Amino acid sequence: MADSASQSRSRDLDKLLLRSGNLVGPTFEPGTELRDALNEFVRVLVIGAGGLGCELLKDLAFSGFRNLEVIDMDRIEVTNLNRQFLFRLGDVGKPKAEVAAKRVMERVSGVDIKPHFCRIEDKPISFYNDFHIIVLGLDSVEARSYINSVACSFLEYDSDDNPREESIKPMVDGGTEGFKGHARIIMPGVTPCFECTIWLFPPQVKFPLCTLAETPRTAAHCIEYAHLIKWDEAHSGKTFDPDDPEHMQWVYSEAVKRAELFGIPGVTYSLTQGVVKNIIPAIASTNAIISAACALETLKVVSGCSKTLTNYLTYNGVEGLHTKVTEFVRDKDCLVCGPGVLIELETSVTLKKFIDLLEDHPKLLLTRVSVTYRGKNLYMQAPPVLEEMTRSNLDLPLFELVSKTPRDIVHVTGAAGKGDTKQSCSRKLRVVFKGMDVDMAGGA
Amino acid sequence: MIKLFKVKEKQREQAENENGKPPVKKQSAGELRLHKDISELNLPKTCSISFPNGKDNLMNFEVTIRPDEGYYTGGTFTFSFSISPMYPHEAPKVKCKTKVYHPNIDLEGNVCLNILREDWKPVLNINTIIYGLYHLFTEPNHEDPLNHDAAAVLRDNPKMFESNVRRAMHGGYVGQTYFTRCM
Repeated sequence: MADSASQSRSRDLDKLLLRSGNLVGPTFEPGTELRDALNEFVRVLVIGAGGLGCELLKDLAFSGFRNLEVIDMDRIEVTNLNRQFLFRLGDVGKPKAEVAAKRVMERVSGVDIKPHFCRIEDKPISFYNDFHIIVLGLDSVEARSYINSVACSFLEYDSDDNPREESIKPMVDGGTEGFKGHARIIMPGVTPCFECTIWLFPPQVKFPLCTLAETPRTAAHCIEYAHLIKWDEAHSGKTFDPDDPEHMQWVYSEAVKRAELFGIPGVTYSLTQGVVKNIIPAIASTNAIISAACALETLKVVSGCSKTLTNYLTYNGVEGLHTKVTEFVRDKDCLVCGPGVLIELETSVTLKKFIDLLEDHPKLLLTRVSVTYRGKNLYMQAPPVLEEMTRSNLDLPLFELVSKTPRDIVHVTGAAGKGDTKQSCSRKLRVVFKGMDVDMAGGA
Repeated sequence: MIKLFKVKEKQREQAENENGKPPVKKQSAGELRLHKDISELNLPKTCSISFPNGKDNLMNFEVTIRPDEGYYTGGTFTFSFSISPMYPHEAPKVKCKTKVYHPNIDLEGNVCLNILREDWKPVLNINTIIYGLYHLFTEPNHEDPLNHDAAAVLRDNPKMFESNVRRAMHGGYVGQTYFTRCM
């Protein structure tokens, strides 16, 4: 009985995985082995257990993935219930990741979902390397940027600046905003990473402080006045916490007073939350559409059963329905996913000598160089106060300054080019010390 | 990619057996961009920068402005800068730590400068902001008031505004508000 149930459950999936076709990916090898690997071997991390995350977990579980983990730092709120369908009223206050994992496991037999109720930054980097693919259902640019930098940190390049396939950590990223959404595939080193195309995100709308203080015209102005100006006046030094209901209530009641003073209608508690936390109303169907696209692409990337979208799908349901796939290109000098310029050095080379070398390097021609390594500023040519603090490093061997790491990434800034065409820039360098490493060319 | 995943798994096991250390996270793109901005600072002699948390924390720093012309000549005003990891996608957060009688800076240290909020663009940089702040002292403007009273005085009675500024900078009351000496 159980056997026939599981057979019928994988029937449609089998049509994709057990036979070849004209549209399959280049490395596709159909067969039961593939299906079993999908079931048993492949490990998928879902980031976010909210509007997209609930859909993603369900879709991935139904697509044959059985080893899932989910990470989310939030607890369930009443306002989530209209679209985050794995949650019930009685779950309010519980961690989203835990409830979502439990519900999907109850519904889909054989699937194992491990929840993580924490911030993404709380996990060690090695945690993320344990997964074959990472699916993102996030609502912030910052969190995406963080995960992107983590995934790209696993990437290694060979001596010809080609990415090493086995070091690529694929990501599938979904995002929605009201009736609009996107789904994209990021193969670090192959397709543009999040940082290559960060300009795609529209700038945040911010109101001038003086408008808030003097001439408020909208309900949002009143709320921002209470949030940005009044809060500091009333609570010297105490920082505002948007997740503290008492804080939010205080801002709301101050905003109401302000609105009454100027005769402005429309300040509500939920608008206050919306403005302060920059929340855009979420549409359940948009989440479902985007998540479905992401889950399908995940299946395609992992199994090779079909070509994946290249590489950025936009969906717009505002007027009619418009959807389009655009192939964005990588920024070859991207500081996050790019190969960087390979530089081989003797261990005896001092920082000063290293900086001089960059001036003559044909790919760099850098002058006025400052050097930074893993958050430590090795040398800053300006401002004078930092130059003075870092000057003593110049006579030390670079090898010592990077804690005798045989190969690693060093970032430099300076003016590139010759004569009148100098341009200020940041560059990533793959520094390799001769004789210290068998594998001379690598380094993320 | 499953085949590749299996290759990877094998390699990682080997690496771990060889006591390979797991990769460490690199600096964020925002930190790197800030590093570039700071290393290219070109400040006028009236402005200086300091890093209270040492040379390796550039995300928080202070800028001191000593105007040599205009109403605020001779004063010393310190601003704190706090940079988010999303810089330059997000503007720096800037507050004035010195209590100042100024139409565009309120008594909490909030600053009304367009490029800090509505007109911030990722092509702008720390240098631009510092020049913008300096400009506020040479040309305070009553049209974007954060300190309502100071703006009204500047508009209606520039002479009185001037003497109020002097009094505040020497340490003393303007109206009900006490200002500490900042000369």
